[in-house]
Amino acid sequence: MKSHRSTCVRRVTEIVAFSLLGAAMLVGLLALGVILYYILSRGSGAISWEFLTAFPRKGMTAGGIYPALVGSFYLTVGALAVALPLALGAAIFLVEYAREGVWVRAIRVGVNTLAGVPSIVFGLLGLALFVKALGIGVSLLAGALTLGILILPLLIRTTEEALRSVPRSFREGGLALGATRWRTIRSIVLPAGLPGILTGIVLSLSRAIGETAPIMFTAAAFFTPRLPRSPLDEVMALPYHVFVMATESPNAWKTQDLQYGAVLVLVGLVLILNLGAILLRAYSRRRKVW
Amino acid sequence: MNGTSSSGTSPTRHRSRLSRLAERADRPIFFAFGLVGLLTLGVILFFVIREALPIFQYVSLHEFLGPRWYPTSEPPAFGALPMIVASLVVTFGALVLSIPLGFAAAGFVAEVAPPALRDLAKSLLELLAAIPSVVYGFFGLTVLAPFVQRAFGLPTGQNAFTASVILGFMALPTVASLAEDALAAVPKTHREASLALGASRWETTWRVVFPSAASGLFSAAVLGMGRAVGETMAVLMVAGNSPALTWSFLRPVRTLTAGIALEMAEAPQGGAHYHALFMLGAILLLIALATNGLAEWLSGRVARRGE
Repeated sequence: MKSHRSTCVRRVTEIVAFSLLGAAMLVGLLALGVILYYILSRGSGAISWEFLTAFPRKGMTAGGIYPALVGSFYLTVGALAVALPLALGAAIFLVEYAREGVWVRAIRVGVNTLAGVPSIVFGLLGLALFVKALGIGVSLLAGALTLGILILPLLIRTTEEALRSVPRSFREGGLALGATRWRTIRSIVLPAGLPGILTGIVLSLSRAIGETAPIMFTAAAFFTPRLPRSPLDEVMALPYHVFVMATESPNAWKTQDLQYGAVLVLVGLVLILNLGAILLRAYSRRRKVW
Repeated sequence: MNGTSSSGTSPTRHRSRLSRLAERADRPIFFAFGLVGLLTLGVILFFVIREALPIFQYVSLHEFLGPRWYPTSEPPAFGALPMIVASLVVTFGALVLSIPLGFAAAGFVAEVAPPALRDLAKSLLELLAAIPSVVYGFFGLTVLAPFVQRAFGLPTGQNAFTASVILGFMALPTVASLAEDALAAVPKTHREASLALGASRWETTWRVVFPSAASGLFSAAVLGMGRAVGETMAVLMVAGNSPALTWSFLRPVRTLTAGIALEMAEAPQGGAHYHALFMLGAILLLIALATNGLAEWLSGRVARRGE
């Protein structure tokens, strides 16, 4: 039989333990807050219209980040163009056609493993396959292909989730009206799953825009005097620009303001995309009629 | 084109040839799409290993696992041990930080927090995961490294310790969110039974929920480890990049990932150095396969037990 005192001790233990759990959560959030605060407070001074729309000048110690922004835009959109059709097809197979079994299990393990492959290894693949074996060279195209493969597992998973959330009765309705399986998917399931698919697309863009390691050997240039004219040109990219400005530039300390500015723009883009994903998710949850 | 279309009243009467093909051969077409993930994995394995193996024309396996890495000296030495050790040390440090923090944060979200706070905390953890690694690296380089240098009185703040701290916070969202999934998957009846026997909520959390979720928690730790081993940009920017062999946390180190990123630009294509760097990539790939395989096996165990 436990005494009254022991009950009291147990109560205090519980309060202390739960506070410690909460403190751990707080440490993580604090880290997020500190990082965002530093970047915002130091970087906001550098942001101007000129910073966003001008080329770097004086050996990258002045001017803006325009070519890096444009390059990142092309790379990211290119990656999506590569990955989206493949991911849609794979997700449709997993949700609409596959029956649980060895194949589906293998496919799922493959996608999960692909998601766990380090980003630098994707860079190596891009170098060996696209740049060398296919002879594309260090270029926008090679970088977009590499990034496309990188976001493939993320896009497959989010699309799969989106399609899975469409109720079974929708499909049964389509099939009962005499539509073929593909017709039902195209006219009913895909439109119903669209908000979820868009959420996945936005998250993939956010992932692709921040990746540096995969484009280091496949696409990125330290500096280009003009915007890329063809998919076979090297490009500047925002995350790579941040990296070289902070580490490889001979007078990195002189350009701290520009670096913080570039980091702020990169983080800002990522946060906007993630916020967009959160809003999309909330919107589709509210609009859901089933 | 659409003369054969029977759907006269449909808004999508312009059926493309592709679409008609899809209607007849949909199953094999989508099966092919389904294989794309596996296929990509195969292509990665093939190309990385193909470019890695020729290194053994220059050095033996024994030499490759040796302690000296001087790829550009004459004669060059390709001992990858310093980088393997550095990756291990930095990953260990990151896990020491991220596993307790991640598990505790997961416990808070799954067992203590009210639902509204739960959603907010999860969204914020997602944001922490969304910040690009080059930004973590930049923050580590400009803020954390100078701080560590002053705090310990070191010649440089770019060392294994700083890298561990940054990596720990980068792995934290992975560990926390997977651990939360594991805790949330514990059946409610377990908790109710424990509470009915007179255990407090904390005793239930600690003695019932956490042990029941052990496989899932372990799998979260393993995947967090995979994340930390493979992280490149942040480590490249804050770990100091010295290729000397050391087990110390307060010395500059060069990890496997940083070695590849740092040296690939200067390695002549098709030379020994180039192949050696691909072999480092092959090691990373093996680690990724092992950690994911282990996590997969663990979650398979959970699924079977749940049946």
